[in-house]
Amino acid sequence: MGMTMTEKVLARHAGRKHAAPGDNIWVDVDILMTHDVCGPGTIGIFRKQFGPTARVWDKEKVVVIPDHYIFTNDQHAHRNIDVLRAFVKEQDLPYYYDVGTDKYKGVCHIALPEEGHTRPGEVLFGTDSHTCTAGAFGEFATGIGNTDAALIMGIGKLWVKVPETMRFEFEGPLPPYLMAKDLILHIIGDIGVDGATYRAMEFAGDGVMSLSIEERMTLCNMVIEAGGKNGIIPVDAVTETFVKSKTAKPYQPVADDPDARFHSVRRYKTADIQPTVAKPHSPDNRGTARECKGTKLDRAYIGSCTGGKLNDFLAAAKILKGHQVKTDTYIVPATTEVAKGLATTMLDGQTLVEIFQNAGAKISQGASCAACLGGPSDTFGRLNRSEVCISTTNRNFPGRMGSKTAQVYLASPYTVAASAIRGEITDPREFL
Amino acid sequence: MQDIIKGKAYVLGDNIDTDQIIPAKHLVYSLSDPEERKLYGRYALSGVPDAAAGLPKGNVRFVPENDHRSPFQIVIGGKNFGSGSSREHAPEAMQIAGVTAVVAESYARIFYRNSVDGGFFIPFEAVQRLVGEIATGDDLEIDLPKGTLTNRTSGKTYGLRPLGDVLEIIKAGGVFAYARQAGFLKS
Ligand code: SF4
Repeated sequence: MGMTMTEKVLARHAGRKHAAPGDNIWVDVDILMTHDVCGPGTIGIFRKQFGPTARVWDKEKVVVIPDHYIFTNDQHAHRNIDVLRAFVKEQDLPYYYDVGTDKYKGVCHIALPEEGHTRPGEVLFGTDSHTCTAGAFGEFATGIGNTDAALIMGIGKLWVKVPETMRFEFEGPLPPYLMAKDLILHIIGDIGVDGATYRAMEFAGDGVMSLSIEERMTLCNMVIEAGGKNGIIPVDAVTETFVKSKTAKPYQPVADDPDARFHSVRRYKTADIQPTVAKPHSPDNRGTARECKGTKLDRAYIGSCTGGKLNDFLAAAKILKGHQVKTDTYIVPATTEVAKGLATTMLDGQTLVEIFQNAGAKISQGASCAACLGGPSDTFGRLNRSEVCISTTNRNFPGRMGSKTAQVYLASPYTVAASAIRGEITDPREFL
Repeated sequence: MQDIIKGKAYVLGDNIDTDQIIPAKHLVYSLSDPEERKLYGRYALSGVPDAAAGLPKGNVRFVPENDHRSPFQIVIGGKNFGSGSSREHAPEAMQIAGVTAVVAESYARIFYRNSVDGGFFIPFEAVQRLVGEIATGDDLEIDLPKGTLTNRTSGKTYGLRPLGDVLEIIKAGGVFAYARQAGFLKS
């Protein structure tokens, strides 16, 4: 019987010819990623279980990226970074992107591909639920907890239950007012926040394959918001060109077998999809930007692993150029590389930084997760009161961006930028 | 693994995500320090909006002020319990507060896995929806061999789904013990 991409990657990493949904198998891990929030706990369990002098199973395969609580005065948060730093030194780990150095990156899921750690056909685990973002590179990538991560650190393996695959096909390139964010919010609205629990979500069709690598990352990033185990996208020239520009390491891509079996196949025409929002307090509480027109806003936020990449800011800049924001608008680049891009990328003779400054937006001085997950109370852009916010991030649960009484609408960078100008939720077609 | 788990119920609704279980601003405390880790117990379930905290009435604190142990040991949830982030601090905070079992209609995958692999407590799935059937403060008794949950306050008994594949990991006491049994780790 044929296999899906996800089944193939897992079978190969278990040393088997075949793997079927429901099989419990131990797989070899290519990359383990951890960050400042879950790294210290993982390290604690690793030491307790393997002993104080234990070494990680393969130092080339452990990647440590501090990104969550960076630009804060919280002393506990600083201590977490100290724990990472001491461990990296003790274990002599080559892939550590330390705070306050030239190597510092920012949000782990964007830093991983920038640094060449995401490769087709591989298995990547990370102590963060949005590790699924890397499925955009045609690999199996998913989030785990500290205990599982500590086990991998010691033995380089983890047990996995092979998931069934749900396939989502998009026909037709995206109309100029849509972004990948609209597609994924649309899907989550269809299947619900637990619609893909225990399953893989595969995205395909010419609509998906016409997307840039950054947009593909946005699609895979939010599979966890539908409960999915991993997202995955077929490998093509776009993937290979990107990956080869970042790493010389060899890799082996996989493709679906022609007779692969799917849990379900859903087909969409991209032209039928509207600029989409998720209303408070759930990513599946779908509406269109048009339906929500008139909703007054206190804040607009553009950032995170979902909506803080260079293409997200380019999209926002296209709309903001020559306008003033009516709503407090916060710009947070995901990584230092994105921040550099903001300063150097030109649109009609102005840099993106200039466009945002002229529009009256506030630009974060550092790249990090910032207010995407609230964070310590002095975090840039955090919602500390009952504000109404529109955001390019991925979660709008109660309290996610700070206060339990705040309300968050999720949308694409186009929709967020258009809404910032009007001070209320606005369909980006009014500006495009 | 004990056969009988007894405790008082704390009832929550659907989609209780990990930001509600342990809000992100608390994720900075050390889990290795025996004193400091108690703070996770103190703030367990503190992100649940007041009206939804301890159903059916709401406005019931899970952990009394300035304490780190909850008077409730069995948490009843609806659909998609533990959705959101992969933070293992979530099941661990509940365990530190004294939770010995969760009985929900369904779980988000990572939370379920973390509860089992970390050996924090057993995540049971109920055959029917229990939100609305059980009230916060009811006396509950879970019978593992029988696969039942009895509400001693109301006298009603409900079915629990078999634990399936994860039973072996739960019996072993977590993923490390399980990996040792599988021969991946020296004991
Ligand atoms: S940007 Fe937000 S969603 Fe992404 S890793 Fe950071 S906190 Fe998580």
